[in-house]
Amino acid sequence: MIIEQTYQVRGGDFAHAGDASSKVKKLLKQLDVDPRKIKSIVIALYEAEVNIVAHAWEGIIRILIDRDHIRMVLEDKGPGIADIEQAMVEGYSTASREVREMGFGAGMGLSNIKRNTDQMEITSRVGEGTVLTMVNYF
Amino acid sequence: MKVIDLVNALGLEVFSGQAGLEKEIAGGYVSDLLSDVMGFAREGEVWVTLQTHQNVMAVASLKDLAAVILVKGFTPEPDTIEHSNEEHIPLLGTPLSTFEVAGRLYALLQHHKGVLSLES
Ligand SMILES: Nc1ncnc2c1ncn2[C@@H]1O[C@H](COP(=O)(O)OP(=O)(O)OP(=O)(O)O)[C@@H](O)[C@H]1O
Ligand SMILES: [Mg+2]
Repeated sequence: MIIEQTYQVRGGDFAHAGDASSKVKKLLKQLDVDPRKIKSIVIALYEAEVNIVAHAWEGIIRILIDRDHIRMVLEDKGPGIADIEQAMVEGYSTASREVREMGFGAGMGLSNIKRNTDQMEITSRVGEGTVLTMVNYF
Repeated sequence: MKVIDLVNALGLEVFSGQAGLEKEIAGGYVSDLLSDVMGFAREGEVWVTLQTHQNVMAVASLKDLAAVILVKGFTPEPDTIEHSNEEHIPLLGTPLSTFEVAGRLYALLQHHKGVLSLES
C-alpha cells in the first residue's frame, strides 16, 4: 500500500495555513495509524506548512505513505535560508512584525519539527527556495 | 470536568462550537505563541489566549484541544467562529485577564481531581 498526495501552499495565505496538515491527519486516522505517531506527524507537518506561508512565496507538499512510514517533502520558492544551523536554534526568527503579532515567529517551529520526526533534512538556496524532507516511522 | 461545567463555573461566554461543550477537560495550557501550543499543549486541554484569528482554531483542532478561552473581552473573528463550529471545539470568552482565568481554571481542575480521588 502506497498513498501519494500533493498539496499547494501559498505564501502569506494565513487563512488556509494548516489545511494540508488537517487533511493528512484525517487520512492517517482512517489508516488507523497509532494516535501518538499521528500527533508527532501533525506537529511537524503543521510547522513546515506554516513556514512556507510565513517565510516563502509558494510551495508544494508531497506526502508519501508507505506500509511502515510517512515521507513528507515540502519544497518552496522563496528567500531560502542562508544559515540553516542558525535557523534551527530555538528562538531564532526572521518573521515580520505582522506575523509575530499573530503569535507566529517564536522561532520554535524547526525545533518542534526536529523533536517530532525520525528524520529531518533541509537543503536551501538563498533567493531560490528551500526543501524540507521529514520521515516518521509508524 | 466537562467544558460546560467550566462555562458555568466561570460564567464564560460561548461564542461558538456548542457541539463540543460535553467534552472532558484534561488540563489547561496558556500561551499566545502558536508554535508553543503546537509543540507542548496536550490533547483535551483548554487553551487560554488573546489571539483571535482562525489559526487558533486550526491549532486547537490539530491538537484535539477541548476548548479555547479568549481573555480580556477579546472577540473572535468571523472565520474563527466558523472554524470552531466546523470542528466542534467551543470558543469561549471572558472579561478576566489571562492570570485570573488561569488561576481559576487551575483551582477548579485541582478541586475536581481532589473530589474524584475522595470518591474512589
Ligand atoms: N521555508 C522557509 N523559507 C525561508 N526561511 C525559512 C523557512 N523555514 C524557516 N525559515 C527561517 O528559519 C527561521 C526559524 O524557523 P522556525 O520555524 O523555527 O521559527 P519561525 O517560523 O520564525 O517562528 P515559529 O515557527 O515559532 O512561529 C525563520 O524565522 C526563517 O528565518
Ligand atoms: Mg515556523
